[in-house]
Amino acid sequence: MSQPAHLRQQAEDLASPLPPLLAAAEHLASTVMLGIHGRRRSGMGDEFWQYRPVQPGDELRTIDWRRSARSDAQFVQQKEWQISQSVLMWVDSAASMDFSSDKNLETKGHRARTLALAISVLLLRAGERVGMTASAAPPRSGEIQLMRLAELLSDESTDADYGEPDARGMLPNSRALFISDFMGELAPVEAALTKAADRGVRGTLLQVLDPQEEIFPFDGRTIFESMSGSLRHETLKAGDLRDRYLTRLAERKDQLLHLCQSSGWQFGTHHTGDSAQAALLWLYSAMERI
Amino acid sequence: MFTIGALGFTTPLLLLGLIVLPILWLLLRAVPPAPIRRRFPGVALLLGLQDDENQADKTPWWLLLLRIFAIAAVIIGFAGPVLNPQDERTGDGPLLIVADGTWADARDWPRRMDRIEALLDDAAQLARPVAFVLLSDPPEGDIQFQAADVLLSRLPSLQPNAWEPTEAVEWAENLTGSFETFWLSDGLERLARSDVLLALEARGSVTVFESPRPIYAIEPARFEDGNITLSVNRDTAGAAEEVTITAHGLDPAGVERQLALATADFEPGGKRADVALTLPPELRNRITRFEIAGLRSAGAVTLTDDALKRREVALIAGRQGREGLELLSPLHFLEQALEPTADLIDGTLEDVLLANPNVIILADVAQVSDLEQEKILEWLDNGGLLLRFAGPRLAASDVSRRQEDPLMPVRLRAGGRSVGGAMSWGEPKALSPFPETSPFFGLNVPDDVTISAQVMAQPDPSLSERVIASLADGTPLVTRKKHGQGTIVLFHVTANAEWSTIPLSGLFVEMLERLAISTRPAVPDAEELAGMVWAPDQMLSAFGEVMDATTLPGVEGETLAERQFSATMPPGLYTGDDRRIAMNVIQADRILNRAEWPSRITVEGLAVLAETVLKGAFLTGAFIVLLIDILASLMVSGRLTGPRATAAVVSLIACLGFAPDAYAQQNADADMLALSATSEVVLAHVVTGNDEIDRVAAAGLLGVSNTLFQRTSIEPARPIAVNLEIDELSFFPFLYWPITTDQPLPSVEAYAKLNRYLRTGGMILFDTRDANTASFGAASPNGRKLQQLAAQLDIPPLEPIPSDHVLTRTFYLLQDFPGRYPGRDVWVEAAPPDAEQIEGMPFRNLNDGVTPVVIGGNDWASAWAIDERGAPLFPVGRGYAGDRQREIAMRFGVNLIMHVLTGNYKSDQVHVPALLDRLGQ
Repeated sequence: MSQPAHLRQQAEDLASPLPPLLAAAEHLASTVMLGIHGRRRSGMGDEFWQYRPVQPGDELRTIDWRRSARSDAQFVQQKEWQISQSVLMWVDSAASMDFSSDKNLETKGHRARTLALAISVLLLRAGERVGMTASAAPPRSGEIQLMRLAELLSDESTDADYGEPDARGMLPNSRALFISDFMGELAPVEAALTKAADRGVRGTLLQVLDPQEEIFPFDGRTIFESMSGSLRHETLKAGDLRDRYLTRLAERKDQLLHLCQSSGWQFGTHHTGDSAQAALLWLYSAMERI
Repeated sequence: MFTIGALGFTTPLLLLGLIVLPILWLLLRAVPPAPIRRRFPGVALLLGLQDDENQADKTPWWLLLLRIFAIAAVIIGFAGPVLNPQDERTGDGPLLIVADGTWADARDWPRRMDRIEALLDDAAQLARPVAFVLLSDPPEGDIQFQAADVLLSRLPSLQPNAWEPTEAVEWAENLTGSFETFWLSDGLERLARSDVLLALEARGSVTVFESPRPIYAIEPARFEDGNITLSVNRDTAGAAEEVTITAHGLDPAGVERQLALATADFEPGGKRADVALTLPPELRNRITRFEIAGLRSAGAVTLTDDALKRREVALIAGRQGREGLELLSPLHFLEQALEPTADLIDGTLEDVLLANPNVIILADVAQVSDLEQEKILEWLDNGGLLLRFAGPRLAASDVSRRQEDPLMPVRLRAGGRSVGGAMSWGEPKALSPFPETSPFFGLNVPDDVTISAQVMAQPDPSLSERVIASLADGTPLVTRKKHGQGTIVLFHVTANAEWSTIPLSGLFVEMLERLAISTRPAVPDAEELAGMVWAPDQMLSAFGEVMDATTLPGVEGETLAERQFSATMPPGLYTGDDRRIAMNVIQADRILNRAEWPSRITVEGLAVLAETVLKGAFLTGAFIVLLIDILASLMVSGRLTGPRATAAVVSLIACLGFAPDAYAQQNADADMLALSATSEVVLAHVVTGNDEIDRVAAAGLLGVSNTLFQRTSIEPARPIAVNLEIDELSFFPFLYWPITTDQPLPSVEAYAKLNRYLRTGGMILFDTRDANTASFGAASPNGRKLQQLAAQLDIPPLEPIPSDHVLTRTFYLLQDFPGRYPGRDVWVEAAPPDAEQIEGMPFRNLNDGVTPVVIGGNDWASAWAIDERGAPLFPVGRGYAGDRQREIAMRFGVNLIMHVLTGNYKSDQVHVPALLDRLGQ
């Protein structure tokens, strides 16, 4: 095999998921109407915020003469503070995300990447700066960043069974978004959240699950294996495990929620069987809320 | 061979394999089902979970049981199971096999043959000499014992007889030697049975073979109260039971077929069941025999004879000038005399000849047309009886005056004579006793029978032989002549009491009876039978088959009366001079009883138990159980999910076969429609398929119904929408049919229904609803559609409503008929061309039927339409004039429905003065 041809094929393979992912994300993002992204306080910005009486120290040129002419006092017009925010994302790319229970369902990883890119589209359009944690994509704004993110998201995949959130490279007081199935160890998640909270970073955890993971519809003698095969569990009556599995899952969700509440984060669960739009809307409002 | 009960095994040692089963049980329990591998990210949450100890890693017990069954079936199957393994009968010395061989045997005959064959086989194995005897046909002389093989070869030709043994006792008592007896009894109790048994027991031991199946027999049909009554007997008083009886006979095409069906119900514990069968006379006279359905036995068949037949008599009188004088009617006394015993036919001569009656009575009919005469002669050739009565009309006519009329037995003298009247000298004449050659011979002549007038026969060389009754002075009263196979009889008096008192006396009925016009009593007694030779016509086999018996010699009446059947006198149908007698196997009131054997006699069943090899059945069962095991294993291991489970459930349901009962639903709908349409007067409209139009039509009819309710004595219920394809139309006096361009043409069946509806007095109002844009004809799309729709309808010639049409005055006096649109012509059936107006009368006399169609385009439904609160749905015209137009439209509706319901009532000239008064003339 000649070298250039091989290179090109690889490049094409790499590039092939990009446009669909981007298109899907754009399509998803187009369904959300952008609201006014103000900081709800006076500062630099374009939008009118309030008039306040002139205080000593205000420059004369800041006085709004039109308003002041209607009364005896002088007023200063203040604008709403509009500032772009840095948002850092981490999308789990471990093997466990590569699972879908039905050939008609997309994998958890695909859904997670689509959602991440879609929220990026929305944030970038709103003028925010979006990046990935611990990678070569520090938060930036603009369309170019979207291409970069898309490339990174399509590229990433690790062999580990379960992903661990990476809190490196987080700017102080920025925002963060972690998307994963959170099926692995909980300790790294806790560590990452603590680290983020220490830096004043607040954000959102989105747990993406397959419907099968939520209902456990198995029966009979079964050997369960993790996606890479490193973990396995054998049972003779899978049906009997159902209740206990579901209890454990609920516990896991509870722990995550508790973790989020204590560090001021938002927590949500999304199933690949449901519509991605609902998840995006929730994500968007959750990002707004912080 | 190793046997358990009725089950034997060819290789019983293999059964030891069953011991392995408990070991297998333990083994199977120890092996858990194979696991499934699943990729599942949630496994992290499962780590550390333990399986429930109670649900151990063992196969469930029921699955184990299933498998054990399968293996047990395989082991037993290979052990060679045999049901009813045969063991041999022992014995030596000569063997006599006796069978009753009666009609009661016939039903089980093949089984009896099998039994005999088995007995003969046994005898052949033991080399015993055997003889075989049918008790119903005992051999002459001594019995011949033969080798069993010889008898075996003769066995297939053995047949039972239709009669019961009569000479069995004499035969049995003449037996000699000693032998063992096997007696195949038919199961019926007979007087001679115990004697025969004693005689046989004197020769050796007796074993009886008998079938426990009940025996049924049908008694001869009786004619009671206009019904045919049939009785079925059975020999054991068992549970309640239904027996189906079929009546067979020739259909009009001459093909024998089943004509009727009846069901007799046995009470629990009852031995006799009656059923009455009501049949039309044509059908009844065709019946030749009754059978218990599904039974092959002479006892289950009863032949019918003349006793069941009722003669069909056609009564025809000359044209009657006056109505209502019942007692003077020439037919009154005939009807009274014949009604109880014969079926009377009314109608014109041509019509009744088609019915091919047995007798035609012409009361005072002088002249028949040439065509009718030809047909009557043809009918006479085939054996008809023409009975004529004289009367004033016949006396006044020229019939049979100069030369003998073919339909008259004698020539008549002109005028007839009157005796004993006010203007004559003589006394009314009495009857002379009947001569010996007369069919009336032996009848008592009452003293009070007198004749005051008669038609006179012309003296003739042949006259004397034709006279069968005469007056005291020798003048003929009744004359007869043969024509072909038929007979012509003339009573020289009237059929009413004008000319004689014969019709008033009992003699009249007896004479009619003797002339074979009315039916004779059912069962002939010995006296009647005696002195004649009866020729067998049909005979019954033991299996109840009717066979031709014309080759058999005739039987003396005395022998016949004894009813002792034999080969020379088989049961069947015997013909005498002019009547047929059915000699049935079972006589009336025969009681069947089951034979009771003394306790010393061994009674065995008939059943010959054949060996049945069960190996295949067991192996098949094992295979099926293993197939079930596959499904069960899949289920247990959790693999019966998704499409597989769906397929399993679907196939299960398909096997059970649930199908919604759409047909019953449809019937129930039809019943509901019939009930709602017939319990009150209901107007109806035709469903066009256009929802809006249908809604308006329903609202319009509701408006008319309300108006009728308020203003007239017609009180209709809510209107009904009628689907021409599905619904019955005959319930509705009136149909409103709005025309739309897109409605489909009715099917052929619907057209047939519509035409029937129109012919039988229904009315359809066609409304093209386009009078605002078009005039009558094919000018508008709706008009063209109407032409298409009506092309196949039976619609008479039409004309615009004439000003004197009855529609203009059935309730309101109207001259125009507006709907939502005024003005266009409304068309109805044209008046007959000969209707002319009488001077001074405002109307022509149009006393014909109701017009079947009214056609217009004024959109009446829209003008009539009201909503639920009674407010009009659509505007009509403008202002006051519009209200007036709506009112006139309503009045047209009222007139229309009145016309439908009262017909031409208002066309009657009786109403003319009142109408003239109201019209102000």
